Amino acid sequence: MKLIINGDSIEFSEEQNHIYQLLCHLQMEQRIVIVELNGSIIAKQAYETTLLSDGDRIEIVHFVGGG
Amino acid sequence: MRSPLRIGPHSFESRLLLGTGKFPDFDIQRKAVEVSKTEILTFAIRRMNVFEPTQPNFLESLDLNKYTLLPNTAGASTAEEAVRIARLAKASELCDMIKVEVIGDAKTLLPDPLETYRACEILLDEGFIVLPYISDDVILARRLQELGVHAVMPGASPIGTGLGLLNPHHLTFIIEQATVPVIVDAGIGTPSDAAKAMELGADAVLLNTAVSGAKDPIKMAEAMKWAVEAGRLGYEAGRIPMKRYASASSPLEGMST
Repeated sequence: MKLIINGDSIEFSEEQNHIYQLLCHLQMEQRIVIVELNGSIIAKQAYETTLLSDGDRIEIVHFVGGG
Repeated sequence: MRSPLRIGPHSFESRLLLGTGKFPDFDIQRKAVEVSKTEILTFAIRRMNVFEPTQPNFLESLDLNKYTLLPNTAGASTAEEAVRIARLAKASELCDMIKVEVIGDAKTLLPDPLETYRACEILLDEGFIVLPYISDDVILARRLQELGVHAVMPGASPIGTGLGLLNPHHLTFIIEQATVPVIVDAGIGTPSDAAKAMELGADAVLLNTAVSGAKDPIKMAEAMKWAVEAGRLGYEAGRIPMKRYASASSPLEGMST
């Protein structure tokens, strides 16, 4: 399936279709990140239960230097 | 006994808040943060580079028991954008404070007062500890504290300019009527600027570029620590009144002739 992650279209396997699996695939499961799915923030506790489907828009953000 | 800085439910020894942007490298930044003795660090929220997931991240290298995070809503130009960024920051479960920064003008980076007020209203409703970045407008500061914000953060001068306190008179208007901490934010260039802000009675100073952009950021971070502390002590000690003419410090009597 095709996911739009931070504005980029990325092909992702149909079998691994949870947020947690996506983060593992991107090597980000240990990082401090916040995930938004189609405009809704996903709580950390829901990463393993939130299903992804074709065409989903995902934002993955983190803390960067700023004043 | 030094009085602590209290913001909402939080209490701090240090009255210096440090931004984390634009440091030459993480090593210098870590040392600068350490010598500054700051307890509050600001951050911005941005997209992760999903194609480079192993890139180092400054926040992840910190002992988060030692620092309270103050994420900002930089990049927002409307209340809705600011609220979205604030919610993202809080969803990290690492912080409950938010620096509301809603920029109204790209050239001066001055804050939009109406959008800032609207964002604060929504975020207070949602239980955030809200610290709005504002211009040095005493009426806006008062309206925001009536709304329930936990601190007000008037700028000394435009962000990143290092112009120092352009209108100390207006800052004192804000300080004198304040019922919440006043944190002078933005535009600080030198240790004397920071000390001056504290002498005026500001509760704290937030700065970034003055340290990160200095020739020696670590040295400047330490200078800022002393400046904020000296300014605060001077304020608590109470300055002497100014006079037009001299008064001798040495006794006028008992001169040996």
